[in-house]
Amino acid sequence: MNKYAERLYNGIFKENPTFVLMLGMCPTLAVTSSAINGMGMGLTTTVVLTASNIMISLLRKVIPDKVRIPAFIVVVASLVTIVQQLLHAYVPSLYDSLGIYIPLIVVNCIILGRAEAYASKNTILLSACDGVGMGLGFAIGLTLIGIFRELLGAGTIFDTSITPDSFEPITIFVLAPGAFFVLACLTALQNKLKMPSATNKVNSDNIVCGGNCSSCSGSACAANHGLIEAEKAAQKAQKAAAVKAAAMQKEKVKMEVSESVGNDSKTGKEK
Amino acid sequence: MQQLALILVASALVNNVVLSQFLGICPFLGVSKKINTAAGMGMAVVFVITLASGITSCIYQFLLKPYNLDYLNTIVFILVIAALVQFVEMVLKKTMKSLYNALGVYLPLITTNCAVLGIAIINVQKEYNILTSIVNGFGTAVGFTIAIVILAGVRERMEDNDIPESFKGTPIVLVTAGLMAIAFCGFAGLI
Repeated sequence: MNKYAERLYNGIFKENPTFVLMLGMCPTLAVTSSAINGMGMGLTTTVVLTASNIMISLLRKVIPDKVRIPAFIVVVASLVTIVQQLLHAYVPSLYDSLGIYIPLIVVNCIILGRAEAYASKNTILLSACDGVGMGLGFAIGLTLIGIFRELLGAGTIFDTSITPDSFEPITIFVLAPGAFFVLACLTALQNKLKMPSATNKVNSDNIVCGGNCSSCSGSACAANHGLIEAEKAAQKAQKAAAVKAAAMQKEKVKMEVSESVGNDSKTGKEK
Repeated sequence: MQQLALILVASALVNNVVLSQFLGICPFLGVSKKINTAAGMGMAVVFVITLASGITSCIYQFLLKPYNLDYLNTIVFILVIAALVQFVEMVLKKTMKSLYNALGVYLPLITTNCAVLGIAIINVQKEYNILTSIVNGFGTAVGFTIAIVILAGVRERMEDNDIPESFKGTPIVLVTAGLMAIAFCGFAGLI
């Protein structure tokens, strides 16, 4: 498998953002009340993610390391604004149903996470493939959850009724509480089947930007970066201290040895 | 006055930010293991969201709106919020040590909290003026605090419960959140 196809496979299956990494929980819960909304959100995110990966990969040698997070945020925010205007102009129905969650793509951890973990280190084509793969993985995840919720809550899929008339829709599944229940069942199923997922890993480190985001490649947000740096610094200091202590001890031993040798020679002379 | 009270109740209870609008899910699930930390996070969120909604509303009213730059609000708001959180952290560290010790850990986590940006944008969409924006921000943050503290209380009690193996951890927390969301649906009749 060549490395471009491998990136797509990685995004859609191996590291699927919705099912495996459990990233971007806010849109996952909020917009999956129907399949079409989930798909719209997923595809919008795919466009932004691909474009931001390309931009950041292009600029990766220009952006200074210290201000890279703000720089990434500006790039992503500009792209989101462009996509928002396009949606407003050409797909007003989707724009209305997604509402506030379109501008909130800016703070979706998947996008910053990929920018930080992949696009800022790799070539343009690879980053673009990574963006498409991850974005499609997210879109597929949201669409599947959307289909499930719409089927249970309204008895339709993509607005076409498929259930028999005797089926009484369980309305709660398209309302807010249903989102939590569907996700709870999904994660429980993953636990049961021991599938790879962020929720059934024991996270022992304190690098947590909050629950499920603990897996956003460790350094997705500035806060985590700070924590990691602090931990690294602490480790370094500890190592340095240990080395110093060892050196001190060595010197001490040396001194003692030389002293005792000196004493011995002295005593020898006296004898 | 009555309008302000209505906005406060609506944003804190009826349209609860986590349970019905799904903003700030990450800290809601992540920092809700202990009541103390949950309350600390809640306080930090109240502080930052109130401040941020005031400032973003000022910027919108006095800069973006008069010059027809509405379309820039996402970019402007996210930068202002990120800078604001950093600034608040520095000011607190220098001037109010005790408050910094109480909230310090949570402040960096809030930059990436989508509730802050979400509220700034909701304020613009609903065409709130500066005062109503601040009240809306405060109410939303109080709603977040209520939700996270209740969830933390439930989770503390659930520690010793006999939960089915596969529901341990995140799934049971999500189920709890779902039940809380149903309970909060009851507030819909309030207004």
